[in-house]
Amino acid sequence: MKIVSDLPSPLTALDRPNSYIGRAVPRPNLKRLTQGRAQYVSDLVLPRMAHVAYLRSPFAHARIKHIDKSEAEKARGVIAVVTGPELAKVITPWVGVLTHLKGIKSAPQYAMAVDRACWQGEAVCAVVARTRAEAEDACELIQVDYEELTPVTDPETALDASTPVIHPDLGDNLTFERSLDAGEVDKAFAQSDAVVETTFIFGRHTGVTNEPRSIVADWNTGDQRLTVYQGTQAPHMMQNLFAKHLGLEEHQVRVITKDVGGSFGVKVHTYADEMAVVALSKLLKRPIKFVADRLESFVTDIHARDHRVKGKIGINKDGTITAFEIDDLTGIGPYSVYPRTSGIEANQVVNLVGGPYACPNYRARARVVFQNKNVMCQYRAVGHPIATAVTEGLVDLAAAKIGMDPIEVRKKNLYADDAYPVTAASGIKFEKLSHHAATDKLLRMMDYKALRANQAAARANGIHRGIGFASFIEVTNPSAAFYGVGGARISAQDGATVKLDATGAIFCHTGVSEQGQGAEAVIAQCVASSFGVSLDKVRVIMGDTDNTPYGGGTWASRAAGIGGEAAWQAGKALRENVLAAAASILQAKPDDLDINNGVVVDKGTAKERITLSEVARICYFRPDTLPPGFQAELVATRHYVPRNWPFSFTNGIQASYLEVDVDTGFIKLLKHWCVEDCGTVINPQLVDEQIRGGIVQGLGGALFENCLYDERGQMLNGNMADYLVPMAMEMPDMEIGHVVSPTADSELGAKGAGEAGTAGAPACVMNAINDALRPLGATPMTEMPFTPGRVLRALGRV
Amino acid sequence: MTHHYDITLTVNGERIDGHVEGRKSLVDFLRDDLTLTGSHVGCEHGVCGACTVRVNGEVVRGCLMLAVQCDGAIVETIEGVSDTGEIADLQDAFERRNALQCGFCTPGMLLTAQELLSQTKNGGKVPSRDDIREHISGNYCRCTGYHAIVDAVEAVAVARAGRSS
Ligand code: FES
Ligand code: FES
Repeated sequence: MKIVSDLPSPLTALDRPNSYIGRAVPRPNLKRLTQGRAQYVSDLVLPRMAHVAYLRSPFAHARIKHIDKSEAEKARGVIAVVTGPELAKVITPWVGVLTHLKGIKSAPQYAMAVDRACWQGEAVCAVVARTRAEAEDACELIQVDYEELTPVTDPETALDASTPVIHPDLGDNLTFERSLDAGEVDKAFAQSDAVVETTFIFGRHTGVTNEPRSIVADWNTGDQRLTVYQGTQAPHMMQNLFAKHLGLEEHQVRVITKDVGGSFGVKVHTYADEMAVVALSKLLKRPIKFVADRLESFVTDIHARDHRVKGKIGINKDGTITAFEIDDLTGIGPYSVYPRTSGIEANQVVNLVGGPYACPNYRARARVVFQNKNVMCQYRAVGHPIATAVTEGLVDLAAAKIGMDPIEVRKKNLYADDAYPVTAASGIKFEKLSHHAATDKLLRMMDYKALRANQAAARANGIHRGIGFASFIEVTNPSAAFYGVGGARISAQDGATVKLDATGAIFCHTGVSEQGQGAEAVIAQCVASSFGVSLDKVRVIMGDTDNTPYGGGTWASRAAGIGGEAAWQAGKALRENVLAAAASILQAKPDDLDINNGVVVDKGTAKERITLSEVARICYFRPDTLPPGFQAELVATRHYVPRNWPFSFTNGIQASYLEVDVDTGFIKLLKHWCVEDCGTVINPQLVDEQIRGGIVQGLGGALFENCLYDERGQMLNGNMADYLVPMAMEMPDMEIGHVVSPTADSELGAKGAGEAGTAGAPACVMNAINDALRPLGATPMTEMPFTPGRVLRALGRV
Repeated sequence: MTHHYDITLTVNGERIDGHVEGRKSLVDFLRDDLTLTGSHVGCEHGVCGACTVRVNGEVVRGCLMLAVQCDGAIVETIEGVSDTGEIADLQDAFERRNALQCGFCTPGMLLTAQELLSQTKNGGKVPSRDDIREHISGNYCRCTGYHAIVDAVEAVAVARAGRSS
């Protein structure tokens, strides 16, 4: 591993004392979560704090002709009733576009609807009251005179001339379009032995974070500062946006993020109702709290997926894939979400389809259209489950068509492990992937042969089981190429500041944040290892824009690969500083010293020379005893951003074993496997659990989750009883394995792992279902979620 | 319009006199009036299990019970069972196994798991993984994928059965 080379010790990085890279150490500070002593934003109470409730549009598309708030203003506990136009005087609107997504367009979005509501659930009036209950009571007294407008709901007809244009100034309902044509697609299809075409449909689903979105905004007019407590993934990004739209300087805004009850991409966006909270605080000069209730969450938390992809694959009898072609259509709601845009998912689909396979012929089109439904944007594994399901679904259908084992087709076409670097047909560049090693490992873990035998034996007894695979590629560690080049002020770099305190312990302030992934543990492991103290001596500070280096936060699997590398480098830099101070005290050469277990030792012999607490004592309290001219620097900061590769692409493969009850259509997941290559594994337990959690979110999309709308744009199942998510009983045990190809872009070599599970799970469940049903002559299932009704329809039983 | 009621109850061993609106849920009373924020609110309609607490020894959903219904009751929350040490082994197993990520479901999950484990102690049978999965199926976890939670609960079940046999 590369991390060995820079360390002065003759031992490798993994043999040194305090080497925590690669070790499954438990996360520090978990006790506050297990004892119910965490501090989520929804727990927070401030002096003079008031609560806001929103009156939300019952229509998907309606003109707001008049709002009568007089009765509500008189209601018990009410402090203020504020309409959209009133709030627009405090906070400016925004437009969610990025310049590098050519042609993407959107309309100005206001914190609250000004004269028109564009989806069911958009806030049209705010009530601020002493309690949330009183605010909700008063909402019922507001009279709104609406003129219902024709809603645009079906993406298939959104671009028709007869469909109304949601934002007339934009000319049409097309948000973004991208086309790509690589190689010789038509020729390849014409010369193929077989061509398979089908349409994949992905339901709209949403994140359902266990803790709903929560925010407390506190404008202190005395010191002219806004403090925002927010369960966000990107505190510095939000600091910038609050300042920008309230007309403040960035230094007037502080964003604090303590514990966050789940995020998954849901909490990395700009929500109109949260922007309204900061504006209300500024307007009313007091802390305002908003916690979305679950019904609000369903109609306002970003939705995701909802793609219809026509796909086509060419294959020869020997199993060689000759060409891929896709046409993707997705509807995103009435606005492209700010500041990341709602074009990224379709863009990602175009980038990733066909990704694992060495096939030069690829044509793609993606169109993103506006609709009068809740907004759609980036959710865990942006675009990956779509691209993987389309690719892997086509590969399996092609394999079935030529009568080849699905694993053999994959082995024949996956990029060879020694082929890298590689530029794929879509133009994306892969540094180093390991598809074959991962596939071999997976087949060993699952004992493929035995499983096929088990499947055959079960089939003989009338039990229909299926095995499905999905190779996948995951985009992690995004550089500035993701958002920065498009003009968004979303930091691609991240920083870490480490300091030696007066007792010999280490504080590490980092720009990445924690939402349960274990970033805090990973950062502590990196610092402890590179500096040379035991893990319990490291305190990690995160989630506070006043007190952490400017950074991007935690999303797109960047915390370990980017934040971890910055922490690793900062730990090394501090070690040098501390050794310089120790050398000056000991009258030794810094190069002859090292730090082990909190003690400065002779390099090589490890003989103890002076403790860190003694170095700190002298430097802080008796600097008069240091040689003249020597200034100890017991703080060091380092930053890191990937430069050589725009992304760290990771890869892996999953397999699913399941049973279909052909009488009821119910699917029972029996077992799931995943082998992933996320480069250097800093904490195997945390990586495995990220993958498991991700798999289950993918399984949710495949089997249960679906935001159902009627043709008037009304969400039909916006509550937890009707919107199904995976529960423990339906989920299988999941075995995780690893292949390790470190990225050469950083010393640690860590890539991300957060998207992997979600990326591959839906595809391999789909393939397993089709594997189970194929001998029964069922129509291949390509529409998610795979509900019992759809299974029975595929079997022709209903 | 809204009626208030005086109630007296025991929360985590402490006598509490409350003056609550009739419509106030138990979990809102615990969180807002007593600032016991370990019980969480995920859905307020009885599905997610984040609000799980114990009333008179029974696990209930704090969002489906009214505070006034708890007049005279003994209520225990995650803070209470943490302080008594009743579930220290379970909490420890969750921490070591990383059976939590964001931790929002965890207080409810722990109380629910303890309900199962308390039925099976004293030489009782160790619940199977399926038993554990079924028992915790009223509690959503969006982060972990459940596998680690099942591992942690199973480990404690085995340890407790061993200790008592
Ligand atoms: S908050 Fe009570 S069950 Fe969800
Ligand atoms: S750990 Fe986040 S919901 Fe369970």
